[in-house]
Amino acid sequence: MNPALTTQELKHFRADTHIHTCLSPCGDLEMGPRDIAAQSRHAGLDMIAVCDHNSAENAGAVMRAGDRVGLAVLPGMEICSREEVHVVALFETLEAAHQMQEFVYARLPGENQREVWGEQIMANEKNEVLGENHRLLIGATTLNLYKIVEQVHACGGLCIASHVDRPAYSLIGNLGFIPPDLDIDGIEVSFRVPLCRARQSVNGIAGYPCVTASDAHFLRDIGRAWYGLQMASPCFAELRMALKGENGRKIIAN
Amino acid sequence: MKTQDLIDRFGLTAAAGKDGTDREIAGGYCGDLLSEVMANAPIGCVWMTIQVHQNIVAVAVLREMAAIVLAMDNQPDPETCEKADREKIPILLYSGTSYELAGKLYGAGIVNKTAGE
Ligand SMILES: [Zn+2]
Ligand SMILES: [Zn+2]
Repeated sequence: MNPALTTQELKHFRADTHIHTCLSPCGDLEMGPRDIAAQSRHAGLDMIAVCDHNSAENAGAVMRAGDRVGLAVLPGMEICSREEVHVVALFETLEAAHQMQEFVYARLPGENQREVWGEQIMANEKNEVLGENHRLLIGATTLNLYKIVEQVHACGGLCIASHVDRPAYSLIGNLGFIPPDLDIDGIEVSFRVPLCRARQSVNGIAGYPCVTASDAHFLRDIGRAWYGLQMASPCFAELRMALKGENGRKIIAN
Repeated sequence: MKTQDLIDRFGLTAAAGKDGTDREIAGGYCGDLLSEVMANAPIGCVWMTIQVHQNIVAVAVLREMAAIVLAMDNQPDPETCEKADREKIPILLYSGTSYELAGKLYGAGIVNKTAGE
């Protein structure tokens, strides 16, 4: 990363920063790390983020699978607040993601019932099953939104409110509007809203950096929504600058 | 029925907005998705919810609500109380479920006006 690069030297990248794996109980079992990386490449993506519900357990495997096919993979998680609002948390390193995961696990009650919610498979970069996670990953944490944002920032991460155009599990759906004192780094609209029309279709998001993502739970859905990024290389530090609109880095609405 | 009568009759505790308890209650509503409540709650109603974020006060102001009831022993955030005091929106605490209290209120004659009535 070199902030001094002129705008002409910056390139365009395609990002889909909200993808689930077979660890999410609602995620298809075909969502193994190796196949997610391959499918992302196939869909023309340069950068993805792995965001399972309240866990980053499969992030490392997808990162390694991404390395093999030239795909940038950010470790992340989709955290459910006590208000039942979903937020995507993205991190620079696996260690930071795991640090957040420990914080979340300590505040995530319940045990998964696979017959009810589905299986939660931990796998490696070769798609081999390593085991099952027994926590109630689909559940809500006891953390309010402010605590989540604060802790994600303490781990050096970025916080993006998930699918704010949806009626439920969303910042705007559940809380009516975005609390002005919430230090969120961006908001995400679902694939249902074209990014270029997001500000017209969703009320109250004008002041926030806005991205879109596939929120894929099935391989075929990877890349069904993506956003363009003007930056030097597909990595976390560049994404942070793009969200903040610094040094010529920016989001390009497609 | 006024909000103060509601407090006395059903054993609710006022946690904030005590200056606003003399308003007449014009109906009732239950819901926890604030966007939905914002769109559909009757003007002047008492609203039962489990959400405690300060945005509930804004929703109540918007729908000119008589009061907010937090069911299931949920406690309001400190900012929520400050805002409720400022806006004079009573925040009442109830240890039972919204369902139970809604039944009692309906039985006590708090019903929503429907078209044609
Ligand atoms: Zn979600
Ligand atoms: Zn998701």
